[in-house]
Order: sequence, then C-alpha cells, then structure tokens
Amino acid sequence: MPDATIQDTQGQDGAYNYAYLDEQTKRMIRRAILKAVAVPGYQVPFGGREMPLPYGWGTGGIQVTAAIIGREDTLKVIDQGADDTTNAVSIRRFFARVAQVATTTHTEEATIIQTRHRVPETPLTDGQILVFQVPIPEPLRMLEPRETETRTLHALSEYGVMQVSLYESIARHGRIAKTYNYPVMVNGRYIMSPSPIPKFDNPKLDRSPALQLYGAGREKRIYAVPPHTPVKSLDFDDHPFEVETWSESCALCGSTESFLDEMIVDDTGKRLFVCSDTDYCEGRR
Amino acid sequence: MSVPLLSARGVGKRFGGRIACRDVSFDLWPGEVLGIVGESGSGKTTLLNCLAGRLVPDGGTVTYESRSAGSVDVHRLSEARRRLLARTEWGFVNQDAREGLRMGVSAGANIGERLMAVGARHYGEIRGQAADWMGRVEIDVERLDDRPTTYSGGMRQRLQIARNLVSNPRLVFMDEPTGGLDVSVQARILDLLRGLVEGLHLSVVLVTHDLGVARLLTHRLMVMQGGTVVEQGLTDQVLDDPQHPYTQMLVASILPV
Repeated sequence: MPDATIQDTQGQDGAYNYAYLDEQTKRMIRRAILKAVAVPGYQVPFGGREMPLPYGWGTGGIQVTAAIIGREDTLKVIDQGADDTTNAVSIRRFFARVAQVATTTHTEEATIIQTRHRVPETPLTDGQILVFQVPIPEPLRMLEPRETETRTLHALSEYGVMQVSLYESIARHGRIAKTYNYPVMVNGRYIMSPSPIPKFDNPKLDRSPALQLYGAGREKRIYAVPPHTPVKSLDFDDHPFEVETWSESCALCGSTESFLDEMIVDDTGKRLFVCSDTDYCEGRR
Repeated sequence: MSVPLLSARGVGKRFGGRIACRDVSFDLWPGEVLGIVGESGSGKTTLLNCLAGRLVPDGGTVTYESRSAGSVDVHRLSEARRRLLARTEWGFVNQDAREGLRMGVSAGANIGERLMAVGARHYGEIRGQAADWMGRVEIDVERLDDRPTTYSGGMRQRLQIARNLVSNPRLVFMDEPTGGLDVSVQARILDLLRGLVEGLHLSVVLVTHDLGVARLLTHRLMVMQGGTVVEQGLTDQVLDDPQHPYTQMLVASILPV
C-alpha cells in the first residue's frame, strides 16, 4: 500500500483522523488483535482510549472496529439483535461519519458486524468479522477477584474453579442455570467469556468461518477466536450443554429456530414472542 | 519404605532482620505424624509454609518423594508442577476453615473441587464421592448442598479435612487444626483425624501449641523456640522426659485438670 497522505487518513469533517482514532493508536490496537488471533481465547491487554461515549456502551467494540475498518468495508451494528436501537444507530452513524463507510442492516452484506449481546441468526461466512462489545472479559472474575491469580489460573490451565461454579448451579437449581455469558473453552486451551450473548448463540461460535474479535474498553482487554476454531461450552458428562427452547414461534415471521424475545403488549399482560434478530425476522416476512 | 517421604535440610527463613526459623532438618517417613510444637511466634507456621512450598525459604532444601515423578526439590519445581502436587498428593488444613474453604459454594462443591481440577466431569460421580466423604468426616449427608457459612466451626473444620483428603493425598500439612474449637468438638476431630491417618496411611506434619493434641496424634515431636529446633524425639519420650529447659517449662505449664 502506498504511503497514506494526511488527506487520506482524514475523516469527512477534517477535524478527526480517519475512523476517529489516531494512526498510532490503531497500530497499537492492531498489534493487540494480531496477538489475540495468534493465541485464541487469550486476553491481550491494550492501551484503551477515551471514546466519545461512556464505558459500558461499547467503547471496546468501537476501538476494535475503528482499528480494522477501511473505506471498502460495509458495517452493520446490532444491539440485542436489533439494528434500530439507540446504541446501534449511534455507533453506525458514528462510523458512517468518521470513516465514510457504507452501512447496512443485512447480515449477508456486512463485512464488519459490531454486536452487543447477540450473534446474528443468519450464518456468517468467510471474510466477515464479528466484533463483540465485552463488559467483563475475565470469565473467572466472579469466582476469583484477584487479577494476579486469574492470570496464573489461565497460564497454568487450572480451571477447576470454573467447573465448581457449574456444579454449584446444578446442586442449587437441578441444571446449569447460566443462560448468558456462558463460559467456553477455546481451542482446548483457554476458558473465555463469550460476552453476554445468550447461550443460544454459543454453538454459532464453534468453528465459525467468520473472525471473532472481542473488545473490552473499561477493562482494556482484547481477545479473539480465529475462523474455524473449536469453541466448546463447558458442561458435565451427565448434564450436557443445552440451548434455550421456546414452545412459541415468532409472532411476526413464524420462526421456530431463532432466539425469541418475550414482549408484554398491553395492560392486561398479553404476551408476544418475536425474533430478537430484526434483520433475520424482516427477511422472512 | 527405605526413602523418607519428605526431608528438610537446613531450612531457614528470615523476614528482614527477624529470623523466623533457622537450620531446620528432619525426615518424615511414610505413615508418620510429625508434630511441631512451640509457643506463638516460635516459627512453627513459617516452617510449615516453607515445607508446603507456600513460602520460599532463604536457605536449605525440601525434598519430596512424589508418587509420579520420584524425588523432587519442592522449591525448584515449576509453579505449575508445585501447584499440581499441592492439589493432588498434598493437603493443607488451615486453622481457620474459612481460609481453606470456598464459603460461597456448597459443601459438595467444596469437596468436589479437587476432583474437577484434575478433570472429573461427571456430576453424579463427583456428588457421590462428596457424599461419601461427608459420611467419612461425620457430617450429615443432608447438608451436602448447604454452604459452609451455615456450618458450625467444628463442621467447617471437618469439611476442610474432607476437601483435602478427597484427592487421596499422601502428605497433609495441618496448622492448628483444632485451634479455636471447644474441647468436646476438639476431641471428636482428633478422634476422626487419628482414624483417617491410620486408615489412609497418611503422613502428617502437624503444627500445634497444644501438647495434648500432640500427645494424641503425633509419633514424633519437634520443639521450637525462637526459630530453632531445641529438642526432637519420640512424642512420649519428649513429653515424659523433656531434656531442654524450654521443653521442661512447656510440659510443666500444662494445666492440670
């Protein structure tokens, strides 16, 4: 690639560098991403920057997206499966403005999909990149508060304590009651938090042809699952991993295979189940 | 039986200018219970931590005859190997059961942790073993799913013992296992420990300041004062015929009942 001139790297309004972050920051983040891809599931620290939105709104995901986005990319942003919620709309507009990229709501058209809490229902393909927003990257955090200790546990693959938490769940509820942020083993080596996606989406991570990048802005960690990498949800031999099921189907598109949101539609408590993935749902109607 | 299970040679540890223990050497044979007695601050616990690999001594070596890898220098092992050893072949019973237990999860999970740490992945089997161990340490199996926070002090201590013994260790370090418990509970735990030690052919290094506990449980005794071992020998011999003035004072200060 020829040297980028200042003109090339400037955004539309000239006040900001292309894709908001300065080039040195993007290089730093790209290095972290490369390391994360090389060691699947390992949390790589990076120098997280202040972003023009609060922590918890996707600062980690935005920084990852900003570091990998180019003018030829087509961006899709989803929040809880929907393309039209405040957070998704704001982030999409942000990149349309600072990176002049095309945006879309169609999963198949997107080259980069930034997401919070869901993996699209439409199967992903080669060349697509899924960017997750992660609040708490450390899967062992609730079990072991010390960072030095969790790092040691990862380094030595000492994951008994994670299994203890699943045991406890069965002892108390009769089954593994964790439904989101369900811990996974990546490539047989690192236990990873898949971010707060429902466990319904966990099987989609396994050997996915798309590259998965996870960015945690507050905790300043990046981790990744390269394409076609085995991702196994933890379980017991006699209590195997299972995903959620619904007796209803989507009230709008009739799907029985997608993740459904329950909605209360009037004051008498009438309930409706609809697809959480709006693009998938619209495509079927 | 020709090799000692654990042998210490010239083990010493200082904290700044303060000497915690100095030049401690002994051999512990399979099936033997070694008591370390002495007053508070005499370096008993520091020595125990050095032996168990929790503290790095300034000098000396600790050699352990492991089941899997033969003779190993405890402090030269990689951290991974040492931690593996500590949760498979060793046990460590703390004075305060809260330090040795996970208070936030049920008794069953506490006992099962070591099994899961070495790869057990069958819930029913783990639970079965946990229930079995609850019985062996005389806790009502009904309490299997209760958290240790709801247990009495004596039950917590028994749970801690079960949690350590479930991995079938050969060597258990105990730091005042009956300290802070009332006398009747102490007696039951001592009884239990004596039965387990004999039944499982355990080797134990037991730190205590209670000579009664030492008399009941230990075969051999080391008396420490100011960080050095002033006397060692068979327990009955040391307690019935103390040679060192400090030991004589210790024995003489047992309250007559």
